[in-house]
Amino acid sequence: MADALHATPAPAAPPVPTLVIEAGRLSQNYWRDLWRYRELLGFLAWRDIMVRYKQTSLGVAWALVQPLITLVVFTFVFGDIAKMPAGGVPYPLLVLSGLLPWQLFSSAFSGASGSLVGNANLISKIYFPRLVVPMSALAVALIDFLVVCALYALFALWYHDLPSWHVLLLPALILLALLTALGAGLWMTALTVKYRDFRYVVPFLLSAGIYVTPVAFRTDMHPNWRGLLALNPLTGVVDGFRWCLLDTEPTFYWAGFITSLLLVAILLVTGVWYFRRMEREFADII
Amino acid sequence: MDAAPVITVENLSKRYTLTHEARHDNLRDTLTQGVRGLWSRFRHWRAAARAQDEEFWALRDVAFTVPRGDVLGIIGRNGAGKSTLLKVLSRITEPTTGRITLRGRVASLLEVGTGFHPELSGRENIFLNGAILGMSRAEIRRKFDEIVAFAEIEQFIDTPVKRYSSGMYVRLAFAVAAHLEPEILIIDEVLAVGDAQFQKKCLGKMGEVAHDSGRTVLFVSHNTAALQAICRTGLWLNKGRVMQTGPINECLSAYLASGAEESVFVPVNRNKPHITSVTVDRTALATGRLRISVGFQSPFPLSRPVVGITLFSRYGQPLAGSNGRMLGERWAPPAAAAGVITAEIFPLPLHSDTYRASIFLGDAGQDYDVRHDTAEFDFISGNFYPECPPLQAIGSLDLPWQWTFTPAPPAPEPSS
Repeated sequence: MADALHATPAPAAPPVPTLVIEAGRLSQNYWRDLWRYRELLGFLAWRDIMVRYKQTSLGVAWALVQPLITLVVFTFVFGDIAKMPAGGVPYPLLVLSGLLPWQLFSSAFSGASGSLVGNANLISKIYFPRLVVPMSALAVALIDFLVVCALYALFALWYHDLPSWHVLLLPALILLALLTALGAGLWMTALTVKYRDFRYVVPFLLSAGIYVTPVAFRTDMHPNWRGLLALNPLTGVVDGFRWCLLDTEPTFYWAGFITSLLLVAILLVTGVWYFRRMEREFADII
Repeated sequence: MDAAPVITVENLSKRYTLTHEARHDNLRDTLTQGVRGLWSRFRHWRAAARAQDEEFWALRDVAFTVPRGDVLGIIGRNGAGKSTLLKVLSRITEPTTGRITLRGRVASLLEVGTGFHPELSGRENIFLNGAILGMSRAEIRRKFDEIVAFAEIEQFIDTPVKRYSSGMYVRLAFAVAAHLEPEILIIDEVLAVGDAQFQKKCLGKMGEVAHDSGRTVLFVSHNTAALQAICRTGLWLNKGRVMQTGPINECLSAYLASGAEESVFVPVNRNKPHITSVTVDRTALATGRLRISVGFQSPFPLSRPVVGITLFSRYGQPLAGSNGRMLGERWAPPAAAAGVITAEIFPLPLHSDTYRASIFLGDAGQDYDVRHDTAEFDFISGNFYPECPPLQAIGSLDLPWQWTFTPAPPAPEPSS
């Protein structure tokens, strides 16, 4: 039997990596370690996706059910009852173009928030840069997002409202939505390890968030409120998505978008900072 | 070969804070504590120090070095700090003070099957678990067939592991870990699971890892036979401190000799003669002498008090038994209503293993109190056999075998 453990050491032994663990010092090479563990990140994401689609018999259909129902309700409530101005866009398409980033954000955010506690057994038994865990949670959200994207494509074809070249900038906005979710998710997941109460905060934030984010209405139709809405970092993302997909915005609302960018940057930097600060304790208190 | 130790641990301590009030896992506690803390600090600093927090040192001033290619067995009672030490060494948790230098890639196996997902198939779990343990995808792919063969699960490789028997599950998990190729391998009590046959295979694999490829292994186990078989040196921890380091047999003997363990019984019926205590003398045991003392009490004097002891192997086979009654006239203690009867065997002709004793108390005519499996002890034999077959195969008795060799008589000179 060819035994791997019998493998003779290479003739010129490569220099062995030396690691020093010292009290009170955050491990050096953290970011390099994170890069080295990128395969683990991929595997954890792949595991979550596999498990998700194996455990549910409807599989992909679930990713569609929720946005479809929200779409019908919002179109009815905001479009038909409240008669919000749509600016010439078919109302379902307007809602769907807002739901797309919202759905991506909310599933990435809730996935990242629950990720540490959900992987408690790994964290207490194996070392790896803990950032891998919330980051891998983003991947599942991305898969669900692609499913909803297909739904959007069908609607766009149906209404003959196809996006212009602006759609090429969509990946940047997807990234922005994911970074927003990561920044907020890092805060939540680190706080949840210490205070389990925060588990109840996430659904609350999401159920309130869908209304203060312009999912079901257009910000340019409510100029009085635009400044206030811009304080929600997702407003920039949603506006950006509409700009990419609908091509009906007269001008790109830069002030709002830059506010969003700044807020996302702050959220992300502080999120990473807090996460890294708490990381040392995770294994002891999880 | 460079002489620098692969692992250097200096002045290592790890403190946990035990909070006596409810742990702060809800926000309200922290908020109220915070407000209360401010308030009390406001009023003449009193009670500002949180008196209800108690410090607990899981490790205290631990220092040791491990040379390249060594297999270090870490021993100690539950709560001695063994697992904490492994967690600190594997970077799962941070030390409170001290410094560790590790020269080489570290892989740790603190649990069998960490990260296994029941819904995924054996194949998927091999990749997942390998990645979690630090293998690259290419490395796993290269060793895939070998892992499957080692685990003996070829025909179930695409079955979700939730349908595996516990034995198959453990075999697969260990197989993945056994194919890691780090310079330093850290293993916690993982052999406590699995059937004896597979345990033996794993021990063999670990021996190979250490002896043939010059890797350094840190190994925690309560299985003294396994420790003896694969470890070269030992580290005995007690209450977070290092008690002894050195050759594994010396450490094991010292550890096992520490503190005679006594089991005390609450009598079932005080109106009947009963056993009050059973003591196995650990100090004597470490020198190869089994000494079991049985205390008894009786509401009336026993004319000829008798104690019987039967030793059982770990697998429950009776090995040897004796009692005063079977000795006839040779056992003639005075009549007594209380006392201690001690039995000794020296040298104890058993292999290193865990043994149990069942004990009864009686008099010339009848048994009064029978206790099954009352005492359990780990025995380290002074005779060490480098290649000892499993004790289920050869039995637990280590009898004084004499081996001789007689050469064949020289062939008669061909007379022609």
